[in-house]
Amino acid sequence: MSATDVLSCEFENPVMPYLRQERLPHIWCPGCGIGTTVNCFTRALADSGMDLDKVAIVSGIGCTGRVAGYMNLDSFHTTHGRAIPFATGLKLANPELKVVVYSGDGDLSAIGGNHLIHAARRNMDLMVVCVNNFTYGMTGGQVAPTTPLGATQTTMPYGNFETPFNLPFLADACGAVYVARWTVYHVKQLAKAMLEGLKKKGFVFIEAMAPCPTLYSRRNRLGDGVDQLKYYKEKSKIVNGANTKDVGLSLFQGDIVVGKFVDRERPTWLDAMNEHFTQHFGEKFTPYGVSHAQD
Amino acid sequence: MHADPKGVLTGIHFIDGDHAACEGALAAGCRFAAGYPITPSTEVVERFAARIPLVGGMFIQLEDELASSIAIQGAAWAGKKVMTVTSGPGLSLMMEHIGLAAIAEVPSVWVDVQRGGPSTGLPTLPAQADMMQVKWGSHGDYEPIALSPNSPQECFDLMIKAFNLAETYRVPVFFMMDEVVGHMTERVVIPEASEIEVVERKWTAKKPGEYRPYETDASLVPEMVKAGDGYRIHITGLTHDERGYPALNPQAQDKLVKRLINKIRANADKLVDVREDGVEGADVVVVSFGITSRVAGAAVDAARAAGIKVGHLRLVITWPFPAQRIRQLAATVKAFVVPELNMGQMALEVERAAAGKAAVLTLPHAGGTVHEPAAILAKIKEAAQ
Amino acid sequence: MSDAAPVKKGKGTIFLTLEVCKGCSYCIDFCPAHCLEFSREFNRKGYHYPVLASPEDCTGCDLCGLYCPDFAIFGMRFKDIEQRRQAAAPEPLIPARG
Repeated sequence: MSATDVLSCEFENPVMPYLRQERLPHIWCPGCGIGTTVNCFTRALADSGMDLDKVAIVSGIGCTGRVAGYMNLDSFHTTHGRAIPFATGLKLANPELKVVVYSGDGDLSAIGGNHLIHAARRNMDLMVVCVNNFTYGMTGGQVAPTTPLGATQTTMPYGNFETPFNLPFLADACGAVYVARWTVYHVKQLAKAMLEGLKKKGFVFIEAMAPCPTLYSRRNRLGDGVDQLKYYKEKSKIVNGANTKDVGLSLFQGDIVVGKFVDRERPTWLDAMNEHFTQHFGEKFTPYGVSHAQD
Repeated sequence: MHADPKGVLTGIHFIDGDHAACEGALAAGCRFAAGYPITPSTEVVERFAARIPLVGGMFIQLEDELASSIAIQGAAWAGKKVMTVTSGPGLSLMMEHIGLAAIAEVPSVWVDVQRGGPSTGLPTLPAQADMMQVKWGSHGDYEPIALSPNSPQECFDLMIKAFNLAETYRVPVFFMMDEVVGHMTERVVIPEASEIEVVERKWTAKKPGEYRPYETDASLVPEMVKAGDGYRIHITGLTHDERGYPALNPQAQDKLVKRLINKIRANADKLVDVREDGVEGADVVVVSFGITSRVAGAAVDAARAAGIKVGHLRLVITWPFPAQRIRQLAATVKAFVVPELNMGQMALEVERAAAGKAAVLTLPHAGGTVHEPAAILAKIKEAAQ
Repeated sequence: MSDAAPVKKGKGTIFLTLEVCKGCSYCIDFCPAHCLEFSREFNRKGYHYPVLASPEDCTGCDLCGLYCPDFAIFGMRFKDIEQRRQAAAPEPLIPARG
């Protein structure tokens, strides 16, 4: 090869300072979209200008659950489905932290579904990134609460007949203050949504559609990861402010609505608690977590 | 180090065991609790929710016990002393997170106000049938610590000890109350904060870059940091190396699991807490714990009045089990009598430790009420034959 | 891999850690300047990796970097490369006289 074809790394890849480089290469398959979402996340972290010592990431279990372990942040790889309540404890015990939950669709919306809806209802100040690949990748491609109708999975061998969740609608209905969906084809928009999410106070839900070429695509004869990205490119329509009722993905390889659907203000759980206790107790109450100077 | 006076309600109180347990936790420095309502434990968190706003801390009632038992672990990594409170069915839901607290070494106190089971069982009536569940319930090998108070005063006193042990050994510590102890109202004396010794978390003095989350010295207990302090820790429920990074191989598994076990086994002598009454030279020793120890006390008195040489050994710390002490006594006594509000759980441990050198007479009870002292007396008489 | 200076043709260039590339083709298919293509060679893992086939078209926009799920490739503009090199240039050391 010529020197112009492939250059040596005189410069460090700009994502590297955000990663635990000693843990690379990562475990994700060729064409898996999770790594792309991580690029977007590192871009958002860089653009946010936040003190990274004060950003913590919490994952559950699964392929996306491994994200926490690659990020050069305080990172917690917890149990299956329970990243949100772990993050709730972490955030409430130290409100100074920006706590990001990064996990998969099965982890967050099946086994962890109860926590998702209640954290949204409470407007817990967490940013949740849900990488949706429509399947359980780590365990070998079983049906997920997001699997489109008709798609074949190992535990739906004759095609899925269960209606999937419309995740943005679910998060919206439960009270999330920021809801967006992008695909890993929309890297710039996804990075921007994550940046907005990092800066937003309250429960943020970002769905990032990503291909699982090894299990979802192969079983459904959809080609490689890049073929899924081409599908995202062809079939997605950006509708910012779309009614989340209308953005379901139940049709196999159907149309995709992406965009920022919800961006509103509502007091967070902690703000509501502090305000309520201040009213109730008056001066006897010291607002919790407002200043950590004396800690 | 002494307790923070903000959490200590010094004075003489007439309160039940659940409330006393809450006061013990506040005195011990617990500043984060999460729970889900369940009879007969709910009064513990009700009091915590009422008290904590002015003590300075946090209570959140979460959507279930799974959430509660992991939210406390998030809070522990943010630096708080933490507790969750439940009863049988809730404890069953918490099993996976007991394993996480064990492998990630999260200092935490888990209160179980025991009721009759299995399943929904007897929500408002006592049992002591979760003893083996806390020992073995989560999958994999680990060594928990468990304490069994028998009065509201002990709910206060031993709760402080429970927190101190959780911080010392970085393990889940179980506070094994039961419905009777939880709901019985008695005099509880809460001393001055300056008279209460509390153990601070084992914080590292190392700087970021030098610190490795699971590096240990001879104590086998690693030093801790909190999220947000610049250490950029990684904590996982996977088998991990000293850096906290997943290490999925038999060597790393052997090293980690043995250390988790050994940090308790190596300190078993220090951890043993039994209250002995006339066991030396006795023909029969009653081994009991929790509420049953109070009933057994009455039976022991009656047996002595009848001329039987009977001793009473009460387990205050039930896990780790004082096997060595039972083994010693087995060489001198004829028989042990083990009354308990279950179908024979701790009796298995007594049998194991006695190793056939002394007879072990079990006195199981399905729960719902306590034993009749007469039943224990009859068993003592049978043992003395 | 060589440390040779990039031959300036377009406004920027790419950098690749070729051994971590898994040949997913995200960068090739979604390069807005269509300046990447698969190598004919394999890396040690057995994947074809991207090469800068038309350097004159590369703008160094780093969209390849944003897409790459393996953190293998990234792009830089020449003006940023120059700036970084100047900033990083060490003080010249005068050799000791023998």
